[in-house]
Amino acid sequence: MRRTEEPDPATLERMLYYLKLTRESEYRIERVLYRQGKIVGGVYVGRGQEAIGVGSAIQLTEGDVALPSHRDFSSFVIRGVPLGQIFANWMARGTGPTRGRENTLHIGDLKLGLIPIISPLGDTLPVACGVALTFKQRRRTNVALVHFGEGTTSRGDVHEAMNLAAVMKLAVVFICNNNAYAYSTPTERQYAVRDLSVRGAAYGMPGVTIDGNDVLAVYSAVGKAIALGRAGGGPSFIECKTFRMTGHSAHDAAEYVPKKLLEQEARKDPILRLEKVMLERQLLTREGIAEMERRIHKEIDEAVAYAEAQPMPEGATAVGGVYCGPDCWWKS
Amino acid sequence: MPTRTYLEAIRQGIWEEMERDPSVFLLGEDIGAYGGAFKVTEGMLEKFGADRVIDTPISESAIVGAAVGAALMGMRPVVEMQFMDFIACGFDQIVNMAAKIHYRWGPAVPLVIRGPSGAGVHGGPYHSQSNEMWFVHTPGLKVVAPATAYDAKGLIKASIRDDNPVIFYEHKFLYRRIKDEVPDDDYLVPLGKAAVRREGSDIAVITYGAMVWTALDAAKELEKEGISLEVVDLRTLVPYDEDAVLQSVRKCNKVILLHEDTRTGGMAGELAALIAERAFDDLDGPIVRVTAPDTPVPFSPPLEEYFLPNAQKVAEAARRLAAY
Repeated sequence: MRRTEEPDPATLERMLYYLKLTRESEYRIERVLYRQGKIVGGVYVGRGQEAIGVGSAIQLTEGDVALPSHRDFSSFVIRGVPLGQIFANWMARGTGPTRGRENTLHIGDLKLGLIPIISPLGDTLPVACGVALTFKQRRRTNVALVHFGEGTTSRGDVHEAMNLAAVMKLAVVFICNNNAYAYSTPTERQYAVRDLSVRGAAYGMPGVTIDGNDVLAVYSAVGKAIALGRAGGGPSFIECKTFRMTGHSAHDAAEYVPKKLLEQEARKDPILRLEKVMLERQLLTREGIAEMERRIHKEIDEAVAYAEAQPMPEGATAVGGVYCGPDCWWKS
Repeated sequence: MPTRTYLEAIRQGIWEEMERDPSVFLLGEDIGAYGGAFKVTEGMLEKFGADRVIDTPISESAIVGAAVGAALMGMRPVVEMQFMDFIACGFDQIVNMAAKIHYRWGPAVPLVIRGPSGAGVHGGPYHSQSNEMWFVHTPGLKVVAPATAYDAKGLIKASIRDDNPVIFYEHKFLYRRIKDEVPDDDYLVPLGKAAVRREGSDIAVITYGAMVWTALDAAKELEKEGISLEVVDLRTLVPYDEDAVLQSVRKCNKVILLHEDTRTGGMAGELAALIAERAFDDLDGPIVRVTAPDTPVPFSPPLEEYFLPNAQKVAEAARRLAAY
């Protein structure tokens, strides 16, 4: 079945690579390095939800800005953050992208068009509006892609941002990762509608609900929204239904999730589904997939080794860089 | 040299920065077509256009967040809070987003959040607050509070050019009540420097905002009684001019810390600690605070009058301290 905005074979292969790289990297983070004590603090991964980050971020071009969530590891890689630097941040290194000041995926790089979340989730939605506002002021056709969970949509900033984007016709693509649980809170305790996409119409923008584990569906829906934004048609809301295949964080055993549900959802795995499509279309062989996996494994080994070799920050560096002065480090 | 009100001086400062730097733009409620609730931005929509003078929905959090996004993209937004009381609606974006970005991952967030604060106009609890300490206590923000028309222009210009998020407290009582000679040229008043408004020798009064004028009124009264007050206008609360504070304390050996803000957790507590740490040996009397009490700002005129510090209360405190 052909859809509009279908990715070409090269893009399909890239997407499979990013999906697998994300899955394997996050496995290494959550179930190896964290358990070895090499990563401390909170550990949040997007296991099972990888198609949402991959299918969206892969369509961004020069000048676009991504505001990924903590479950969108792939967005950082796709935008160009070196894998070793991502691991260095996880491992609290002083030479990492935040110099040890921030954890998890709170990584930003304006040259790459990447703005990170803060832990009060939902705050990045208004920031995305501001980014898109500058595109409008500069008469650019760029877009801002902002990711957030279904739980986050209960926060006031989401309401304010969606309203602002719609009334000012800003090129923001609001991508909701509905993974069925916000920590221990299932969707029936989070909101009273069946599909969050109804909120699109409530603000005056297109709203769709798609299968978030079908990377081709993500690619298609996000592609349409990006095109609308670039054409001056304003914002869109895309609800990607998926399932959180691990705890809220590494320390959450998530016993509140029924085992049967987890088994059911595992069958909808986004990686297996893309592999199936590519094998059926003879775009890849099983040997090709195995080769890709070997390559990814090696890449991650190298990235982890790189990160482990980085020094921890000097304690006294904690007190510098609160204010940006004429010679602040960022300007060099 | 032209004479301008405090409000006109702010308007001129913003206008000049808008002319000078195309990355400066304004966001706020009713600031465009209406010219702002207090008319600070009057005429700016006509002059600079709708791309740079943006009327927003009532969404303080989204307005601040959008300003952060724009600042990250290289713009220099100036956000108006219609009343600084409503800054609380954007609190999270200010203290968690704007204030911490540079520390956490590097880029500067050059934005200004400005608006009318303070009491004395029968505004009641939500149009009269002095809430600056929420932001003084948040590393990463700068906090400015001019007391004169000359400073208001110089400081708004300097704040707009600062690469950090600046919370700019205008005092609504001063808007049309004070005038000053305000040069038409491009001058700046640096952040972080206090100004001695009146030289004195018996008691140093450290203060800011509308209370600078209250202190000056008290000083005039006390002069007749042979008590000489030195009045120090902090002008900036973060970073504040520690050297100026200590210099006046060492000169006068007695100090009154005065602010319109409520007592507990107010700037006077911070200054008292600094003085006790660094000028203990120079004190000939206890550190005295004159502040509003720990209540919301009441509406009814006799209640508001009781609530606010005034020249008589400052004078009474000064007489007691002078006699110590």
